[in-house]
Amino acid sequence: MRPIIQVTGLTKSYASGFQALKGVDLEIRAGEIFALLGPNGAGKTTMISIICGIVRPSAGRVLADGHDIIEQWREARSLIGLVPQELSTDAFETVWATVSFSRGLFGKPRNTAHIERVLRDLSLWDKKDSKIMTLSGGMKRRVMIAKALSHEPRILFLDEPTAGVDVELRRDMWGLIRRLRDTGVTIILTTHYIEEAEEMADRIGVINRGQIVLVEEKAELMRKLGRKQLTLQLAEPLAALPPSLAPYALEIAAGGMELVYTYDTRAERTGITRLLTDLASAGIRFRDLQTRQSSLEDIFVSLVTERP
Amino acid sequence: MNYRAIYAIYRFEMARTGRTLLQSIVSPVISTALYFVVFGAAIGSRIQAIDGVSYGAFIVPGLIMLSLLTHSISNASFGIYFPKFVGTIYELLSAPISFAEATVAYVGAAATKSVILGAIILATAALFVPLQVEHPFWMAAFLVLTAVTFSLFGFVIGIWADGFEKLQFVPMLVVTPLTFLGGSFYSIEMLPPFWQWVSLFNPVVYLVNGFRWSFHGTADVGIAVSLAMTLGILAICLAVVWWIFKTGWRLKN
Repeated sequence: MRPIIQVTGLTKSYASGFQALKGVDLEIRAGEIFALLGPNGAGKTTMISIICGIVRPSAGRVLADGHDIIEQWREARSLIGLVPQELSTDAFETVWATVSFSRGLFGKPRNTAHIERVLRDLSLWDKKDSKIMTLSGGMKRRVMIAKALSHEPRILFLDEPTAGVDVELRRDMWGLIRRLRDTGVTIILTTHYIEEAEEMADRIGVINRGQIVLVEEKAELMRKLGRKQLTLQLAEPLAALPPSLAPYALEIAAGGMELVYTYDTRAERTGITRLLTDLASAGIRFRDLQTRQSSLEDIFVSLVTERP
Repeated sequence: MNYRAIYAIYRFEMARTGRTLLQSIVSPVISTALYFVVFGAAIGSRIQAIDGVSYGAFIVPGLIMLSLLTHSISNASFGIYFPKFVGTIYELLSAPISFAEATVAYVGAAATKSVILGAIILATAALFVPLQVEHPFWMAAFLVLTAVTFSLFGFVIGIWADGFEKLQFVPMLVVTPLTFLGGSFYSIEMLPPFWQWVSLFNPVVYLVNGFRWSFHGTADVGIAVSLAMTLGILAICLAVVWWIFKTGWRLKN
């Protein structure tokens, strides 16, 4: 799939000497949902701000659908919609006025049908004549998304789109983001909610201390780095492990009523069959068993803590 | 050229005036009317005519200029500062609109509001004093030129300011005193020679006198000098705005 955004050697240094980005290379494919994960201060917002034209890069190049964001800034910016992290709205404007203003700002002709569709999709139609200051935080977040969608962008940046919104609204937004992707919009989202990336993303990038640590298909990432745990619920409590089970590095849990075996899904042999055989030989019986895949959060934490 | 974006910002800014009608239009008209009551009727009746012009009529250009300068600066500085303050500036910076286009839109809206205000004050003045405009073209030219120039100045202040105090600092503590000391209410020929000489360093003297000449045909300084000075200030403001475009000063990190 062709890249719609190409970032090459992107560097940002501030006057204070702080280097927010250190030669970032990244390609975003057209039509995908790309989740950019990283701890606070990792450089996520700086990178988005550079691509959107808000911050000037110190070095490097960014192409948006082949348009250089510096030399062909007008063409590049026309393609991009941005929903920033902060709730920044014109408090005294009505929803309709502020969304229509955004469309005009991006040079698009008046299209009331499109604005209506966007507002309806975001459940804002009933609030179209309300002043933004009267809306709840969640509604304001929707207004910001509506503003970004008002000019029909082909690339949409969502910087922490569901920060501070309730679970129901978050689910609604996930649905909206999927629908947008289905219409061909490329979506790049940053999030602190690993669950969000796990739920939504086609690919995941991890950024830490201004460097891209990893970019991977989500499924592949889970497969490559995922660990699984097998939990056996024992028929009788176990005080200590017999020496024959020592090679499995089992953990005794739940007051001796559970045995936990951690194994690598990538390994040629997981060792489960042999473990079950050895348990039977040792006279340890179990009532039930379950497996658990390690979450993206586990993977993320291991990535950002492993690299100093 | 992104005409739609320019129009969107211009309309947005003009709509803001509509929402703050009391502050934008009614308040300056009332304060101007009070000036006429105090200086025109109460005190002015005891002051001799200046160059054959009654004192009430004499102060009209200065009063319009006072409102024009302060409101041009306030309108333009607030127009660009407010998005910075509330954070909506991100949208302007990420939109396919150049700094030049944004400046045309913000400054155009601020200047339009000031010209409308100037016309309203002129109409208000006509209710209090007999008015005649000897050079209507030059009156309109000075009105528009000054509104644009000081809206540009206000735009620069709005970009520079990082707090409401700074936003108020220049119009309140620099422009208003310069306007009062710039011959708005008197002819500088009434001053002792030393202060006449000092007054010539006050740029507002040239703006007020150019404008006054268009009303009454007489002024303390020549029309050509006034016009050159106005254009000079405009050129300085344009140069500063151009430098901001080039560097992204206070707008882009």
